Amino acid sequence: MTVSRAEYCVVACAEAWRGDGEILASPMGLIPSLGARLARHTFSPDLLLTDGEALLVGPDGTVEGWLPYRRHLAMVTGGRRHVMMGASQLDRHGNQNISCIGDWERPARQLLGVRGAPVNTLNNPVSYWVPRHSPRVFVERVDMVCGVGHDRAAAVGARFHRIPRVVSDLGVFDFATPDRTMRLASLHPGVTVDEVRSATGFRLVIGGSVPYTRDPTEAELRLIREVLDPEGAREREVRTA
Amino acid sequence: MSDKTMTPEGVVARLRSGMTIGIGGWGARRKPMALVRALLRSEITDLTVISYGGPDVGLLAAAGRIRRLVAAFVTLDSVPLEPHYRAARERAAFELTELDEAMFMWGLHAAANRLPFLPVRAGPGSDVMRVNPGLRTVTSPYEDGETFAAAPALRMDAALVHLNRADRLGNGSYLGPDPYFDDLFCEAADTAYVSCERLVGTAELTEHAPPQCLLVGRHTVTGVVETPNGAHFTSCAPDHGRDDAFLRMYATTPWEQFAERFLSGDEHAYQAAVRAWHKEREQQR
Repeated sequence: MTVSRAEYCVVACAEAWRGDGEILASPMGLIPSLGARLARHTFSPDLLLTDGEALLVGPDGTVEGWLPYRRHLAMVTGGRRHVMMGASQLDRHGNQNISCIGDWERPARQLLGVRGAPVNTLNNPVSYWVPRHSPRVFVERVDMVCGVGHDRAAAVGARFHRIPRVVSDLGVFDFATPDRTMRLASLHPGVTVDEVRSATGFRLVIGGSVPYTRDPTEAELRLIREVLDPEGAREREVRTA
Repeated sequence: MSDKTMTPEGVVARLRSGMTIGIGGWGARRKPMALVRALLRSEITDLTVISYGGPDVGLLAAAGRIRRLVAAFVTLDSVPLEPHYRAARERAAFELTELDEAMFMWGLHAAANRLPFLPVRAGPGSDVMRVNPGLRTVTSPYEDGETFAAAPALRMDAALVHLNRADRLGNGSYLGPDPYFDDLFCEAADTAYVSCERLVGTAELTEHAPPQCLLVGRHTVTGVVETPNGAHFTSCAPDHGRDDAFLRMYATTPWEQFAERFLSGDEHAYQAAVRAWHKEREQQR
């Protein structure tokens, strides 16, 4: 069976929540949402999910809890949450920007704003999802640090800082290096190391032999295709090369 | 007990240029849009606006009424980036105090509790500290010795919020899933104005809804305004959803053109113009 790039991305995102236990999975964006629900359906059945508003819901939509914004923020600071955010820019230390491009005083492009990235990164695990891996996203220096990276977290003594992984349309990345800089952890099948290198605006740590992102099981593929995303919206967010 | 009902114009008559105004709701959800529209019809300007920003910020920014914005984001939800806010920021049309969402919330709590600040584990390490050089940190006096951001109280001259139901005394209830932070906005302000979908008798507030839906208490409310569909085009569940078609038109129409068609008359004229726009659109399909 042919597995699409988008489906590898869903599996790679799902893996972020493996072993997380009874915590809230907060996915931002389509592919991370499919990943969180895939994890909930399979290897991380204790995860909590929201309906995108103020309710905690089971896989069939059964309401099991109430989580308005003020309680959501308490969940963040209590640490019982693992969010996967987007990133308009990301540097090798994991500093993330979603606020603006260019000079903050008068930005070339105003984006969303810092949102909850500062509180997230200082309190609960934060992973990132980048649907188009390019040197414009993976930059030497981000223009406005919203999510706090490893270098800055260390400088302020952040006790609960953790960035488990970054998933892009090309591969999976982590910070399992002596100086906590970004490392290529796995390539999605069909992608080469050179492709990743040239699409990254900083010097990425790349080991001698990089594994491929794991294949979905048949049961997982069936879930993705028949239950979680029967319309195939995932293929519009990430196209197979 | 006093009847606090007034018109949108009556609310705006109590506001002045240069004031700090808090606006409740979140993004494109339960925004007091009828009151914002009334504000746009006035000459009031030079405002400091405190908001979990949505089209309230976009409209006021496009009309040049904001001197300083205090926000963690501005979004239209179904259109992620607010185009009028973006345009205003990209021409540096006003000052921005960009805070993290949690710092913002603790700032509201601090103001509601008459505290100068509250400590929050957010900010250090991020550029929120760089772009807000006035922000201070505070170190735990206990053994842990951790350093926190001291989120400053977000005290305001007036708060504007929109609820589902209210009585004439200023008690208000929300019937949707999320209270947002509207009660805190009212408690953090010297005066607070509540617009509502429907004005009801006090007894009716708890006739069909549990008492915990009573979000805003009359002791924190200065005026009450009945504005059916007053959150349009943001959502006000369960009374009405977000008007995504209108929202997309708002996001893609030049400001002058939008303002001329929809904002030149009073609230009744606005609601009529919206109905006419939808009718036209249906006929074109």
